[in-house]
Amino acid sequence: MDKVIVAENLSLSYSKDETIINKVNFSIDSGSFVFITGASGSGKSTLLKSLYGALKPQEGSLIVAGVELKGVNKSKLNLLRKHTGIVFQDYKLVKEWTVEKNISLPLIIGGYDKTRTQEQVEKLLKHIRLKHQSGKYPKELSGGEQQRVAMARALSHNPILILADEPTGNLDDYSSDLIWNLLVGANTDLDSTVIVVTHHIPENMNIDYKHFHIEYGSIHEVV
Amino acid sequence: MKSFRNHLSLVVALLSILFSLQTFIIVDRSINAYKQNLAQNYSLVVVSQKNLKEKDIIKKSPLIVSLESLSPDGVIKRLNAGIDKNSISILKLSLPKFYKLKLKTYPSPSEIDKITKALLKNSSIIKVESFSKTHDTTYKLLLLFKTVISVLAFSVGIVTILLVSKEMKIWQLKHNERMSIMGLFGAPTWLSSAVLFRLAIVDALVATVLAFLVFMYISSTSWISEQFSSIGIDVVVFDVLKDTSVMFGLAMALSILLATLIVLSHKEEV
Repeated sequence: MDKVIVAENLSLSYSKDETIINKVNFSIDSGSFVFITGASGSGKSTLLKSLYGALKPQEGSLIVAGVELKGVNKSKLNLLRKHTGIVFQDYKLVKEWTVEKNISLPLIIGGYDKTRTQEQVEKLLKHIRLKHQSGKYPKELSGGEQQRVAMARALSHNPILILADEPTGNLDDYSSDLIWNLLVGANTDLDSTVIVVTHHIPENMNIDYKHFHIEYGSIHEVV
Repeated sequence: MKSFRNHLSLVVALLSILFSLQTFIIVDRSINAYKQNLAQNYSLVVVSQKNLKEKDIIKKSPLIVSLESLSPDGVIKRLNAGIDKNSISILKLSLPKFYKLKLKTYPSPSEIDKITKALLKNSSIIKVESFSKTHDTTYKLLLLFKTVISVLAFSVGIVTILLVSKEMKIWQLKHNERMSIMGLFGAPTWLSSAVLFRLAIVDALVATVLAFLVFMYISSTSWISEQFSSIGIDVVVFDVLKDTSVMFGLAMALSILLATLIVLSHKEEV
């Protein structure tokens, strides 16, 4: 099976004095569903940041979808990000844009035409059950609704890789279930590789998944 | 409302710089028109033992326009009581020749000095009268006026730059988040900063249109032209095409510079 992520002797840090992830080796198969767990401050989110190029490897090699992220240039990174969907715990929606426009962001960047963008946004609005809220601004929505919008945005361009950082951390059960269903759906229906950083793996996950655990700067697979 | 306020602060900053620029232009035009007016009424008087040829004198300085002979009849008339015709003819011949020298523009004291020196090189010229005392006072007054206006315009410029840099920080905070989010989904810089440049261009346009309307109104009022007429000059307060182009160019350059600085100083939030 093709590897979508390959890390070799990967070290990550925010400063020279403190290494968060220390010379780890791991790989992730294309089309798989992966959970990364660990205690607070263990480096889960740091590792996720490195996967979308927001944090460059300090040492070693990190290849994501065929792109070496050590010393990657802006245009290659943009190309990788165009095929990646990211979900953040704090949603990161553009405040001055409506729900509809926020969802269409990756489609605008990807150069999709208006009709296709409109169709895709409407389909996703139905999926996240927010069709009636399409013209509202993020501040007019609840936390759960905002995360559903962020989820729809991450899926809108059918990405090959979906990265989610604590996507259900602050959500009610209804929104959490919707988010998990969308992530599983993206993995099974679109064959997207899904990597979720979380404290807890939901008990009712009816899908094959891999589980990596981060502790003391190293990563190991939990079998 | 918040967005309107954000627009307003940059528009006001741009307007103040456009007003100070146009005020400086008007003052500069007035001073030049006044200098031109003075030049028309100003001349040097040259006293020579021999007749002078205009073409030789014009060669002495590019500022010299013409040489006009002054008739000695007026002087002789006052002296002619009891003097016979023959003596008057001899007196006429022995009197030096007086000439009026017209200049292109109102000269600076150093230009007068240069012209005087050049003329005195001609051995037949015995005196050049520049009426320098009156001339110096007027010229210095003009220069003082221009300096005061330049200092004022410069001060307004500095205050505006401070206002614009403060505005830049506000814009930076406002646009940084959106640009970062767009960057996380692979937007190239031109796309993530497009909104910023669009706002900058709109604000430059709004400021230019407002300044245009204000100066069109000012130039159309009779009070302004009456003031200029009273000092004997005619000044174009607002040259619609030229001045609007200069104002638009400056407003556009400033706001695009502001937007570019924001884009260059943008750091991706992670």
